[in-house]
Amino acid sequence: MSILVYTEVSKGKIKKASLEAVNYAAHIASKTGTSATAIIINAGETSLDDLGKAGASKVLHINNSAINTSDSQVLTRILNHVADTEGAQMVIFSNDLTAKAVAPRLAARMKAGFVPGAVDYPNIDGGSFSVNKNVFSGKAVATYQVNSAKKVISLLPNSFQVTTDGAAVAAASFDVPADLLVSRIKVKEVKRESNELSLPEAELVVSAGRGMKGPENWGMIEDLAKQLGAATACSRPVSDIGWRPHHEHVGQTGIAIRPNLYIAVGISGAIQHLAGVNGSKTIVVINKDPEAPFFKAADYGIVGDAFEVVPKLIEAVKKFKASQN
Amino acid sequence: MKILVCISKAPDTTAKIAFKDNNTAFDENNVQYIVNPYDEWYALVRALELKETLGGTVTTISVGGADMEAIIRKAFAIGADDGVRIDGEPTDTYFVAAQIAAYAKQGAFDIILAGKETINYNGSSLGGMLAELLDMPYISMATKLDVAGSTATVECDIDGGTEVIECDFPLVLSAAKGMAEVRIPNMRGIMAARTKVLNVIPVIAADKLTEVKSYTLSQGRTTCKMIDAENAASLIEMLHNEAKVI
Ligand SMILES: Cc1cc2nc3c(=O)[nH]c(=O)nc-3n(C[C@H](O)[C@H](O)[C@H](O)COP(=O)(O)OP(=O)(O)OC[C@H]3O[C@@H](n4cnc5c(N)ncnc54)[C@H](O)[C@@H]3O)c2cc1C
Repeated sequence: MSILVYTEVSKGKIKKASLEAVNYAAHIASKTGTSATAIIINAGETSLDDLGKAGASKVLHINNSAINTSDSQVLTRILNHVADTEGAQMVIFSNDLTAKAVAPRLAARMKAGFVPGAVDYPNIDGGSFSVNKNVFSGKAVATYQVNSAKKVISLLPNSFQVTTDGAAVAAASFDVPADLLVSRIKVKEVKRESNELSLPEAELVVSAGRGMKGPENWGMIEDLAKQLGAATACSRPVSDIGWRPHHEHVGQTGIAIRPNLYIAVGISGAIQHLAGVNGSKTIVVINKDPEAPFFKAADYGIVGDAFEVVPKLIEAVKKFKASQN
Repeated sequence: MKILVCISKAPDTTAKIAFKDNNTAFDENNVQYIVNPYDEWYALVRALELKETLGGTVTTISVGGADMEAIIRKAFAIGADDGVRIDGEPTDTYFVAAQIAAYAKQGAFDIILAGKETINYNGSSLGGMLAELLDMPYISMATKLDVAGSTATVECDIDGGTEVIECDFPLVLSAAKGMAEVRIPNMRGIMAARTKVLNVIPVIAADKLTEVKSYTLSQGRTTCKMIDAENAASLIEMLHNEAKVI
């Protein structure tokens, strides 16, 4: 018996969020006297050592160019097949966009109780299993009890610090029967954002709102982000009017993120915006209005004009980075 | 073309969240319900636009008690042709998916749409479960949907970018921002909504795979440390030494 954990490669490396999921699976495995098996599809030449180092006792590599990895139906059949073969009762994902398509499908196929976006380790007590997840767009946490023997859990990215201090294990190649690969969807085009940090995985995020007045003023936001090594985000009206791309929109109706640091510039802090960011560890708010509601949800606040404050921060970060070298 | 749109209710986005019965249940007192924004703004409106240009019908489906009907009537006012309410407590998403799948199997729908998530349980799971129970392709986080003949062309968000996908009917989709613009019901729609047919059907048996045992309100932040704008640079030191995030 084992715990299966689904992992992916991005930009020539195992995704950080995947390693976090392996850590998580290994932790649960150690509590339940089982072991974690990582599965990865079409990893190419990427080194898979980190999967073992993150705690996987076994690494299965499915290398088959006939797999349409954009098709949740195909991935579901494959993972269900691997879970059966390995006798896995539990499958762990990182709650990224692949998981959002595949994990609920797999849960329905396995008749497994599904908890999407778990935020901490499960509480396993005799036969009972429960785990917390955010609900009401971050305004509350709910404890979900999973009643079924089979379970599918997806972990909210950035819930834990990733560790890779274990030992690497050799990957074993795993073959899947061809009849699992029948796909009804055709991918016509893939557009990748070049060189951008993925927002859900980013540890540092610089975000800006309508207070920036116009898209032409985003240079300093991007510069601050670049100096910090942060991803950029924005409030909803900013993406609605097309100043920034939709995928940067955070909040209740955008994406929910929980970086270590969230810097909000010229964002008022409406309840729907906070819903997507209040899980961040540290929040900094820069706003010229001392009454802006965001200050009530912040750890550090600067009342001032963004056009004056942000350039100062850029300089300060440059100095700080230089002093670190 | 027959389109089925899954509609659920959600507390108004400004609702104060509270729990009762020793934090085991959501306190609905003083809570205004709205149509879950993703279901209404994107899934339903896009379904209506397709019907208006290509012909066909748009049916809504919801699992819930009689209090769900105001939500369904709102969908009617926006333009849905008819609706189904499956009369039972939506205990967990698998239960809801099992109900809708049982209905959809009889209906020969070409496209089944759900919102990308509800804003109360934030699960993003109904569409995927439904697709699996119906053995159909599923495209999640769809931001564009076009139809030619019996083929859908869908643009959807993937990690680090977007993808354009083609898929023949039938299929299941979850709708995200970008798919359509919010539509405000007009007087004619509101009048027509009263006479549209809302079928109420009983639930079927389905396993309760998960259940919420308790809720806790998220902790707000206690104090915000204010830094003088002149001294903005000192923020960086604090983020390093105190908050230890850089
Ligand atoms: C159902 C629903 C869902 C929603 N979902 C979301 C969501 O997911 N995400 C989201 O963000 N919003 C969402 N909203 C919208 C939300 O209510 C707010 O309208 C929005 O967040 C405001 O964006 P903003 O802070 O950029 O703009 P504003 O509210 O206009 O605030 C701009 C801020 O910038 C400050 N400012 C102006 N000039 C400067 C300057 N020179 N220097 C410094 N500060 C300056 C102002 O003091 C002000 O506080 C939703 C609303 C509804 C009804």
